[in-house]
Amino acid sequence: MAAPATSPVAPAPKTNRIGLQVLDYRGGKTTLCAGCGHNAISERIIDAFYEMGVAPERVMKLSGIGCSSKSPAYFLNRSHSFNSVHGRMPSVATGAVLANRTMNALAVSGDGDTASIGFGQFAHLMRRNLPLIYVIENNGVYGLTKGQFSATADVGSKLKTGVVNDLPPIDMCIMAVELGATFVARSFSGDKKQLLAMLKAAIAHKGTVILDVISPCVTFNDHEGSTKSYKHMQAHEEAIAEVGFVPHFEDIAVDYDPGTTYDVTMHDGSHLRLRKLHENYNPSDRISAVNALMEANQRGEVLTGMFYIDTKKPDFTQLLNMVDEPLATLPESCVRPSRETLEQIMESLR
Amino acid sequence: MSENVAEGLPATQQAGAAPRKPVVNDFSIQAATVNGSGSQSANSVLLRTIFRMGIPVSGKNLFPSNIAGLPTWYTIRASRRGYVARKKELDILIAMNPETAKEDVLSLPPGAVAIHDQSVDLQQYRADVICYPVPFDKLTAAVCPEAKLRKLVRNMVYVGVAAQLFAMDMACLEKELRRQFAKKVKAAELNWAAVQAGYQYAKESLTKRDPFVLERMHATDGKIIIDGNAAAALGAMFAGVTVVTWYPITPSSSVVEQLIDYMRKYRIEPDGKATFAVVQAEDELAAIGGVFGAGWAGARAMTATSGPGISLMAEFAGLGYFAEIPGVIFDIQRVGPSTGMPTRTMQGDILSIAYLSHGDTKHVMLLPGSVRECFDFGMAAFDLAERLQTPVFVLSDLDLGMNNWMSEPFEYPDKPLDRGKVLTAEQLRAAGGFARYRDVDGDAIPYRTLPGTDHPMAAYFTRGSGHNDRAQYSERPDDYEGIMERLARKFETARTLVPQPVTVQNGRSKIGIIAYGTSDFAVLESRDQLLKEYGVDTDYLRLRAFPFSAAVHRFIESHERVYVVEQNRDAQMLSLLKLDLPAEQTTKLRSIRHFNGLPIDARSVTDAFVFQEEI
Repeated sequence: MAAPATSPVAPAPKTNRIGLQVLDYRGGKTTLCAGCGHNAISERIIDAFYEMGVAPERVMKLSGIGCSSKSPAYFLNRSHSFNSVHGRMPSVATGAVLANRTMNALAVSGDGDTASIGFGQFAHLMRRNLPLIYVIENNGVYGLTKGQFSATADVGSKLKTGVVNDLPPIDMCIMAVELGATFVARSFSGDKKQLLAMLKAAIAHKGTVILDVISPCVTFNDHEGSTKSYKHMQAHEEAIAEVGFVPHFEDIAVDYDPGTTYDVTMHDGSHLRLRKLHENYNPSDRISAVNALMEANQRGEVLTGMFYIDTKKPDFTQLLNMVDEPLATLPESCVRPSRETLEQIMESLR
Repeated sequence: MSENVAEGLPATQQAGAAPRKPVVNDFSIQAATVNGSGSQSANSVLLRTIFRMGIPVSGKNLFPSNIAGLPTWYTIRASRRGYVARKKELDILIAMNPETAKEDVLSLPPGAVAIHDQSVDLQQYRADVICYPVPFDKLTAAVCPEAKLRKLVRNMVYVGVAAQLFAMDMACLEKELRRQFAKKVKAAELNWAAVQAGYQYAKESLTKRDPFVLERMHATDGKIIIDGNAAAALGAMFAGVTVVTWYPITPSSSVVEQLIDYMRKYRIEPDGKATFAVVQAEDELAAIGGVFGAGWAGARAMTATSGPGISLMAEFAGLGYFAEIPGVIFDIQRVGPSTGMPTRTMQGDILSIAYLSHGDTKHVMLLPGSVRECFDFGMAAFDLAERLQTPVFVLSDLDLGMNNWMSEPFEYPDKPLDRGKVLTAEQLRAAGGFARYRDVDGDAIPYRTLPGTDHPMAAYFTRGSGHNDRAQYSERPDDYEGIMERLARKFETARTLVPQPVTVQNGRSKIGIIAYGTSDFAVLESRDQLLKEYGVDTDYLRLRAFPFSAAVHRFIESHERVYVVEQNRDAQMLSLLKLDLPAEQTTKLRSIRHFNGLPIDARSVTDAFVFQEEI
């Protein structure tokens, strides 16, 4: 049917700096529960990659097993994705990044993957400073197996069934700082502004990013007595600093007060602006980061914000002194030594 | 070659008036030492000197799972007929370890030789053994003033004694010794002096009473000596491997260690950058995870491990199979189960790898039977993994991997790398998209794309969960069946692509033998024994891969009885064959097994064969 002559001209769809619409960053329809924190995180991931103008074809998504690890199906459909094995995403990601260092690697795993079955792989990933964004969708329970405690559940936290956790939680931000990650932050799935700024800064970073996002499980861990519920987070979230991010392709309009704000220049020329909300906050000092986290844990508060950043430490691909091109597609002439080389080796064995 | 060489012997040896006919180029020497005492260098010089004299030779290191201070034995076999399997009977013992000397000499057959320190009297245990006592400490002290080096130099004295007694070519020996210590001139001089001291002592003070002598041949001209792990490493390098993720485990570590050495030499760009990445992972789970991550992203990726590592890799192996990701796994088999005997050999991972992981899984296995095949299959594995989009396992073992073997030099590949069915952005533009798991060509091998392919339709979602042919999550019965049926058909395609068996068939024999890997050496020798000693002519098929090709079925079909020779308790390959054969043929299979941790020898095969055939 022809459009009426009087209808207004549809406005050109909004696009980002590489001419893509936000639609180009979407994924399949989520199959997670309505209200799941993970869905909000997926939305922020879409926004962050759209706003940063990263071509989705230049991203690879990696995940383990669990509700969180299913979520890469719900964003960035135009990116290759690998939903691997429980707790082993870090090793898969390591292989993938080494095979093609030119890609942006975005990893998503849960607290079960990260703090329990895959704790070893998590630790060694941190040590290597592999260039990768690792989003931990942290809800303190195993959702897919119907609500058992995970290793990030707080002491005294209660299951719906009344079972109380009496084992100490693993704080993955403290671990990450200790083990060598170069970008360590915590956010809350309900804090749109902070999470989006962190994700954009993460995209600008070159090295291992650990983003521990408290993401309430509405089905198994959002009740009275849980310390990972929306209500608990609203009452106990305490930001260590206000996170602002200015991408490299935008002008920095606002001045800042060096007495109250840290300005971090990222690898790609973007700026991270961190306005102190805490005494003794110093995001370039690992000891003060760990101190702040441990103190907040003692007070029963959930500290969020940017805890630690190091933009100077070489990432794993630099340490390995690899060629700039993807190893995956190096031509035969680069990867198969010559006939003369084989002859020479054979001669040395005679 | 003359059987009677007495005339050619030095006067001192003739004076001994050997009671038996000379035994030329056909005996084995065992040096019993303590690990950590530098005996490796001495044994390597002995081995290479015999090789340099043109005589076919093989060496086997029997060592403990320990760093220093425990008994170690090194056996060298010279064989003018070219047999390289372990020889069951020892002819010459060099008893350098007082802890084991008695036990060692008691194990010798009558008429054997024992070279030993004069401080121990071995003759008292065995009147029927020819003993040559040598004052090792005195001879060593005379050439090595530095007391702390004497432990290391002492072993070189026995090299000199053996050289004189068994008529080794001293020019060859000196050349090999200087090659051994190429980077250490002082050490070379010291060791050469020790060799000469031993030689001189034997010449002046020992009277040869044994029949064993070496005589120059030309059977090793142009050949190389290499261990299987180095050969596999070379295969991987010439296959263009780019990502290596591994976890150290005996006896596989030297695959990757030697690969690193080679790649640092031959795979660095002019600007100093590496065309590879090697990661020592935190465990075998991470090692195999790295392989599939890299393989998924398009790299030629590998790991090397042994039995315990294979067990840990089981879950990922299923992912690689089901999600169809290339990857190469070298398994240098050792004795299991559990920790087992880490420094002893076994063909024990056949069944566990064939079906590694839960659910319906089947894996491609390549079975190298020589160092040459470690190289060739090391290369082929990468082509097959990418062509078939599946994990490919290369099953070597400790015997092949860690021992030195003679070989024809390796040949440069005559075909370019086969990178398999990978769609480019241009192909996607022409086709308008693709279905990751659809059988387009009828060979059950689908097309894949690599991350970074610049086309909006390039991406797909890789998962180990149920999926349809568009790589979408699915629990639909028909989707699952479709994928699994296609994977089974893909395995049929693999049958036609893997290395075919090697067959020796005369068209008359009713009895066939099947073997694989390092069992081949013993079977080749055993077949000669059976023919010579019992007049039994056998046909032979050496398996080189799983899935089995049609030729294997035909071989079994055309014989009345087929003996499957292997180095494990449970007849693992025989079991695998049974699963693949029509029921009426499975009754033809007989089993010969050897599983004490030592490499299989021909006599054991012959005896077991003769027993079962009731000859």
